[in-house]
Amino acid sequence: MNRFSGWVAGLGLAVLAGVLAPSLASAEDVTLNALFMKQAAYSEDDIRAMTTDFEKANAGIKVNLEFVPYEALHDKIVAAQGSGASGYDVVLYDVIWPAEFATHGFLQDVTSRIPESQSAQVFDGAWTTVTYDNKRWGMPWILDTKYLFYNTEMLQKAGIASPPHTWAELAADAKIIKDKGIVKFPIVWSWAQAEALICDYTTLVAAYQGNFFENGKPSFDSGGALEAIEYMDKSLKDGLTDPHSREYLEEDVRKVFSNGDAAFALNWTYMYNMANDPKESKVVGKVGIVPAPGVEGKAPASAVNGSMALGITANSGHADDAWKYITFITSQPVQNKYAKLSLPIWKSSYEDPAVTGGQESLIAAAKQSIADLYPRPTTVSYQELSAILQKRIQEVLLGKSSPEDAMKQAAKDAERLH
Amino acid sequence: MRRIGREPQAWLLIMPMLAIMVVVTGYPLVSTFRLSFTDATLTGRIAGFHWVGWENFRYVFSDPDFGDAFLRTLYFTFVSVASEILLGVLVALLMDCDFVGRSVVRALLVLPWALPTIVNAMMWRLIYNPGYGSLNALLLQLGLIEQYQSWLGDPDLTMNMVILADVWKNYTLVALIVLAALQTIPRELFQAAAIDGAGPWTRFWKITFPHILGPLTVVLILRMIEAFKVFDIMYLMTRGGPADATKTVSFFVYQESFAYLRAGSGASYAVTVALTSGVMIAVYITLLRQREGRA
Repeated sequence: MNRFSGWVAGLGLAVLAGVLAPSLASAEDVTLNALFMKQAAYSEDDIRAMTTDFEKANAGIKVNLEFVPYEALHDKIVAAQGSGASGYDVVLYDVIWPAEFATHGFLQDVTSRIPESQSAQVFDGAWTTVTYDNKRWGMPWILDTKYLFYNTEMLQKAGIASPPHTWAELAADAKIIKDKGIVKFPIVWSWAQAEALICDYTTLVAAYQGNFFENGKPSFDSGGALEAIEYMDKSLKDGLTDPHSREYLEEDVRKVFSNGDAAFALNWTYMYNMANDPKESKVVGKVGIVPAPGVEGKAPASAVNGSMALGITANSGHADDAWKYITFITSQPVQNKYAKLSLPIWKSSYEDPAVTGGQESLIAAAKQSIADLYPRPTTVSYQELSAILQKRIQEVLLGKSSPEDAMKQAAKDAERLH
Repeated sequence: MRRIGREPQAWLLIMPMLAIMVVVTGYPLVSTFRLSFTDATLTGRIAGFHWVGWENFRYVFSDPDFGDAFLRTLYFTFVSVASEILLGVLVALLMDCDFVGRSVVRALLVLPWALPTIVNAMMWRLIYNPGYGSLNALLLQLGLIEQYQSWLGDPDLTMNMVILADVWKNYTLVALIVLAALQTIPRELFQAAAIDGAGPWTRFWKITFPHILGPLTVVLILRMIEAFKVFDIMYLMTRGGPADATKTVSFFVYQESFAYLRAGSGASYAVTVALTSGVMIAVYITLLRQREGRA
């Protein structure tokens, strides 16, 4: 019995020490929980480096970083609401969610925290990412759109002097490349049943000057929006688009392009430097980039607004510290330092040689595209609208339905939404 | 302890577990049931929530997509469970025979079952990859296909490929349980039957099958419940695509609750799924009791 009670006492003391120790150590330390996205835009390493710099400059604040795939980001933010103050303090959210998040009270209104002087220094396209109901719900951080990437060597081999400026030219160029046998399927897209599909679709809608809604009624079954899906369908039927695109997300597009298996690809900023990285790509030095094409007589170029912002969650117990963190990593010096995978939101950065050096063609394309960002519908039920469109567009791409029928059905489904 | 009778003693010992079950399982169950009659949103910040009676359920049953998903889930359940049972029994019979290295193979049988579903789903996604997947490579080298196929991109094929991934993981559970049951069969029965002139097929039906029927029933019910609820493997491999070809009923629960933030509606889908499972199991157990009663 004596030996036993000795063990129990020792165990009890150890447990007690373990419980008390952390609280004795640093009673002043604030720990923030931050949620980020795994792929596209800034890499995990970049974000960790930014955070380490922040922690060094702000003793007493620690930041726990969590990375999830984009497809999980929305649901993770929603599910974390139930955790109250022990959930996330800072979350990265997409340009399509402020209406939903603001209405449901997931984010804190930070309009009063943003100095008036900054409004003119940041691109308008970036501000739309955080604005809803005349209030600002965060600070823009990733200013992004899809560009047209092309393999310079393949275009040269096909005798094409300059990259296409319209979608019609793109189709014609792709046909030349295919007929010459340079590559079997010249164009690769991210057409899996996910938001990535809607981004590609929106780029085309922007080019054809279509509208998602007109006078409050869905209008994807007519005009420019219908022409957009007809283009997608035709490029598949003509054999210009890789049919595997219907399974691909952005990372797959990057891998196919970087492997030299496609002449044209639509993708975000981050692909530019990764496709030129010898460790990740076989087409280093052969990567051309221009704004996504336009349509003759309609738009000179097209650019879907794929920006993202950082916000403070409504339940956060450390709003001021969270805002310090957000201000730090969205500041111009930090954004300029890591401008290789994601471009800054600050207008003057685009004239700074430290930012433009080594990626002049990207900056040139960005200047044109960022000026003309086309938004997806800002509605509270965007997630549902997107799901409806994803399903119907996939039906067309899989040959299960004609563009008109599918889009008419989508319009009917969308009418039920508020 | 000796003064308390056997039965009160048993209740006393079970009490802690029951208490936990009531809190962890009972409360959410009642709460979900209650939620399904309201229009609650996931945050409750939009003007509280109101009682809407059967409105949610009316929506569930009038949704054509849900009807399609229901049939799809039934297809998944029956095909995958049937395949698992068949494959599991065959493998168990094989493992029962004597051969060199039998114990090694028996131990390896646990691996697919021990694999977390997430890992399994990601692994099969890589195998099915249309650009560099090993399934494509294998079939191409064997000359069975002419070019790399898109296994998860074709709506007619995708469901079957997901079933294949699920069966691969779960058939070993059936195999192990049936193998354990096979060990209890006295060998003399087979020898006696052989002497009496019974062929292998007759020996299986008259001797083996009755012995494994009990455990087989248990694992059948277990697998049926789990297969009807399937969500994680679909979500990871195809996210319900392509064109909703792998969207099962649980997907609707998830989508309504987390993607569309309609907790009340999501709860009604959940209640519908749970009740359907309950009905299926009740029917099955009744049929089996009848069969056992006859035998």
